[in-house]
Amino acid sequence: MVTRGFSSGRRPPTDGDARIPPGQYLEQGFPVLSAGPTPRVRTEDWSFTLKHGPRPIKKWSWAEFNALPLTKMTRDIHCVTAWTKFDTPWQGVLVDDILADAGLEPPTGFTLAHAFDGYTTNVPVKDLTAGKAMVALLYEGKPITSDHGGPARLLVPHLYFWKSAKWLNGLQFTTRDEPGFWELRGYHIYGDPWREQRYTDDP
Amino acid sequence: MSDAAAVQSPWQMAKIVRIEKRTPRVTSFFFQPSRPFAYRAGQHVDVRLTAPDGYQARRSYSIASAPESGGVIELAIEKLDDGEVSPFFHEVAAIGDEIELRGPLGGHFVWPEDENGPLVLVGGGSGVVPLMSMVRHRAAQNSSVPVVLVFSARVWDEVIFRDELITLDDRQHGFDLVLTLTREAARRPADYSRRVDVAMMAQAMVRLPEPPGLAFVCGSNAFVSAAAQALIDAGVAAENIRTERYGV
Ligand SMILES: Cc1cc2nc3c(=O)[nH]c(=O)nc-3n(C[C@H](O)[C@H](O)[C@H](O)COP(=O)(O)OP(=O)(O)OC[C@H]3O[C@@H](n4cnc5c(N)ncnc54)[C@H](O)[C@@H]3O)c2cc1C
Repeated sequence: MVTRGFSSGRRPPTDGDARIPPGQYLEQGFPVLSAGPTPRVRTEDWSFTLKHGPRPIKKWSWAEFNALPLTKMTRDIHCVTAWTKFDTPWQGVLVDDILADAGLEPPTGFTLAHAFDGYTTNVPVKDLTAGKAMVALLYEGKPITSDHGGPARLLVPHLYFWKSAKWLNGLQFTTRDEPGFWELRGYHIYGDPWREQRYTDDP
Repeated sequence: MSDAAAVQSPWQMAKIVRIEKRTPRVTSFFFQPSRPFAYRAGQHVDVRLTAPDGYQARRSYSIASAPESGGVIELAIEKLDDGEVSPFFHEVAAIGDEIELRGPLGGHFVWPEDENGPLVLVGGGSGVVPLMSMVRHRAAQNSSVPVVLVFSARVWDEVIFRDELITLDDRQHGFDLVLTLTREAARRPADYSRRVDVAMMAQAMVRLPEPPGLAFVCGSNAFVSAAAQALIDAGVAAENIRTERYGV
């Protein structure tokens, strides 16, 4: 349904078209979104815990975590508020490498990512492994600012960006696909930008 | 956990039935949705514009009206000169136009029906919009929940909904308005002329009979970060602060 008088829109560069999911627009800046105040987490206080249900499997301090293999990942990211940003450069620890360090095969098909501010988001295991996702520690080669989720945030670039939990402090394997914070508040359980899965009732 | 209730938000056409200039840069557009549209104070809609070649632009706008205001929903849109969607509304959209919208959306930044503690609302510029819905909802419900709204604007003439807010403030029914102007002197005795800070938050909370149960903060990212930090420094627990950020 064409909107009367709307024609001049700011179209993406033609070579970028194929990289912009439906309903998204290209953003040069890096907007910030979150449900509450920005927690300032000091690296001295930071830790990351891997859990299976309620049971902790392994816990890393900041120093221990930084000793894990670092991987670079440059990806397009897509926020549900409709901006897409090309080529964001991250470095961090692949979820594969975290599991390897813990000597763990994924015990279930689902996870909940946990953050220092109590935020949670659910991500299926198949979207975290095989090089698809990491716990990011650096953005553009520098420590991630607290605004953008530092010291460490999850990076699952192929899903809407609310899945890339900021201020990450743990990953928990769950038996079922358990909705997290935004998923309980009207947002889609999976969140694939290419299928425009923004809200709960999107197919 | 009731937040997920009743998410039914297909795209629908909504007709612009009224347009009202609020400030030099903010205009309200009143939409008549084609399907029943029940929402909670604080929620937003997504708006989608489609060009003849199929190109679409999509943005979120908070609802300014109260759920009690009948079928028509009010969006108050600030014009960003170099923006894509907001100038369309200001320069092109007219009464009778049909616009595609979807909602209501958002289940976190909403008036807490079950909460009895006082509320602190903090808005910067057009960030006052979802807070206005809450304030109007409170008035429509004759609610006795004490509310203080701290509203930061650049100048007096950019105070959106100014007359309506001052009228509600004057009623002294447990709603208190604190205006702060960042580029002009204060006009009312208890108002401020500076950016929000911890002292202002602490003084605002003194107007409440007891410490707030929740705080809602909305505006640009920079505003929300500063105001949320000021609330924390004034003693509000971080988990009781809900934010809505309009982006950069
Ligand atoms: C939940 C939510 C609720 C909101 N509620 C409201 C509300 O009630 N009222 C309101 O006014 N706004 C609200 N907003 C903001 C609104 O969604 C839009 O972001 C705003 O109207 C700007 O859109 P635009 O298309 O006019 O500008 P955009 O085109 O998005 O541009 C925004 C700014 O970024 C710059 N920019 C971005 N991309 C480019 C580019 N490619 N080239 C050049 N410049 C660029 C422009 O300089 C411009 O000033 C809300 C946002 C959210 C997330």
